[in-house]
Amino acid sequence: MVLLASCNNANSDKKSEGNESKAASITAAGATFPLPFYNLSFKNYTKGTGILLTYGGIGSGGGIRSLKDKVVDFGATDAFLNAEKEADMPAEIVHIPTCIGAVVIAFNLPGLEDLKLSNQNLEDIFMGLITNWDDSRLQTSNPGVSLPDIELTVVHRSDGSGTTYIFSDFMSKISTSWEAEVGRGKSLKWPVGLGAKGNPGVAGTIQQTKGSVGYIGSEFAFAQKISFAQVENSAGEFILPSLESISAAAKGDIPEDTKVMLTNSSDPEAYPISGFTWLILYKEQSYDGRSKVQAEETVKFLNWIIDRDAQALAQQVNYAPLPDKVVENARQILGEIVFKGEKLLLQ
Amino acid sequence: MFKSEKITKITLYASSALIVLVSAGIVLSLMNGSIPAFKEFGLKFIISNDWNPTEGKENYGALPFIAGTVITSFIAIIICLPLAFSTSLFIGEYYRGTRLAGIVGTMVDMLAGIPSIVYGLWGFYVLRPLIVDLGLSAQGYGIFTAGIILAIMIIPYATSISTEIIMMVSSELKEGAYSLGATRKDVIFSVIIPNARSGIFTSYILAFGRALGETMAVTMLIGNTNLIPRGLFDTGNTMASVIANQFGEADGLKLSALITIGLLLFVITGIINGIGKLIIKRM
Repeated sequence: MVLLASCNNANSDKKSEGNESKAASITAAGATFPLPFYNLSFKNYTKGTGILLTYGGIGSGGGIRSLKDKVVDFGATDAFLNAEKEADMPAEIVHIPTCIGAVVIAFNLPGLEDLKLSNQNLEDIFMGLITNWDDSRLQTSNPGVSLPDIELTVVHRSDGSGTTYIFSDFMSKISTSWEAEVGRGKSLKWPVGLGAKGNPGVAGTIQQTKGSVGYIGSEFAFAQKISFAQVENSAGEFILPSLESISAAAKGDIPEDTKVMLTNSSDPEAYPISGFTWLILYKEQSYDGRSKVQAEETVKFLNWIIDRDAQALAQQVNYAPLPDKVVENARQILGEIVFKGEKLLLQ
Repeated sequence: MFKSEKITKITLYASSALIVLVSAGIVLSLMNGSIPAFKEFGLKFIISNDWNPTEGKENYGALPFIAGTVITSFIAIIICLPLAFSTSLFIGEYYRGTRLAGIVGTMVDMLAGIPSIVYGLWGFYVLRPLIVDLGLSAQGYGIFTAGIILAIMIIPYATSISTEIIMMVSSELKEGAYSLGATRKDVIFSVIIPNARSGIFTSYILAFGRALGETMAVTMLIGNTNLIPRGLFDTGNTMASVIANQFGEADGLKLSALITIGLLLFVITGIINGIGKLIIKRM
């Protein structure tokens, strides 16, 4: 039985190195997109090891801020930090991908469950150019389907969100006018539509509003009774989001640091609005009087979360698992994490 | 004896000082947090209607939120006025002291105790579909829907203060009027209202102040569109609502812009409450 060091988190300076025989408790905070996965896997890890793990779903921005302020052992974010943002951190950080999620286009049309949306349709809908479902442009993508004469209402997130980032990154890749006028971000200047808070807010609004269409995190949509569209990918195929088609988005070339947006993947089987979510931590784990055991336990946990058992848990809560190649990349990155220059994970 | 006196005094001083320190601390940190946004945008922050958080095009203008806040609060106070006024006369004059007045009064007080989120849920599942069914708008969200919910939320505040003020009007004055042959209606309009006027007015100002800062129910119903509403059934956003929505993922300049909105809201509600207190003092 491992003894728990009570109430110690990363920012308490009292943790002396003499404490090394005692296991640590690990604190993390950040993105809400992978929250169901983290809740489940953290709980299972605690059950198996006795290491107390706490995760605060405070948003990616909050996760980055918390790591910057050194109040957590690691943060979580849905958008990787670009060079400029990384330079803003007090020390070098690394990104560890944990699973793949997607953004589905949910809609509410009475009696209609199958809907195909081309890239051009998405641009027209979310830029406010299509205002009725009866539109001939939508009809062209859906031959044989009679689309009703109902006003089209766009629903988007009112809060800043990694879901919005992935969606807007995809939109920027498929539409030059979207890229020029709206662009990418966790929150946007929306040309049209109304905002609702969180995935539950958007899903609830869509379910309650005839003729509405909006985007929702796949992990949330899959667990709900809500219709979602087949989206055209870069090969011109209409793909329904599923764990297989989402996972297929990571089949292509992934850079060694895994810092890549998976949207609009070139794989013909890939669902195009997919993305990694990452955990971030400092490469040099000796800071603010952290004990070595704290650093070791942190890395040990990260090594577990990319491994098979944890990835199976991800699928239970509707996230696509990391492909083997990406797990290899992630393990490589974990191997570079050091404590006073000394590697923590022995390969 | 002397010792306990001293302890009491110290306790009172300490807790009062703590309250002052906390309020000052809040103001200071709000001011400190708003410096970057003020440096960047200056007065344009208040008069610009462009709110664009996209990287590279960042621009923060709070006008849509200021407009949304003021408009929804005005809708609320306009709806609240006749209802709260009639109810307070009902409780404070017509049925004063009766069981019926007691029941109505308790119900009004109960309204004040309902959490904001419950109003929001009720608005989402009952009021919003009603607006859609009436054909007022396609999705039922908007400043009008938010205004109605706000009105219901502030009625208890306006009613209970007005009732007390109406009950304070001296009975000698009223009896004098009755003895001169005045009807109840005459007494209300010629004696009670002229005497209680400023107090009743204050109750509405304080209720208006409440409406300005209301967050949860409004954010569930207003539609959260960061634009100035162009019609009664258009969607919009308020200052409190945008802070609640955007704070989680905000950093840098955007965080500062949100804090500045908080500071502005603090100042506006402070001014409104100040005006209310001033009028009460003059009575």
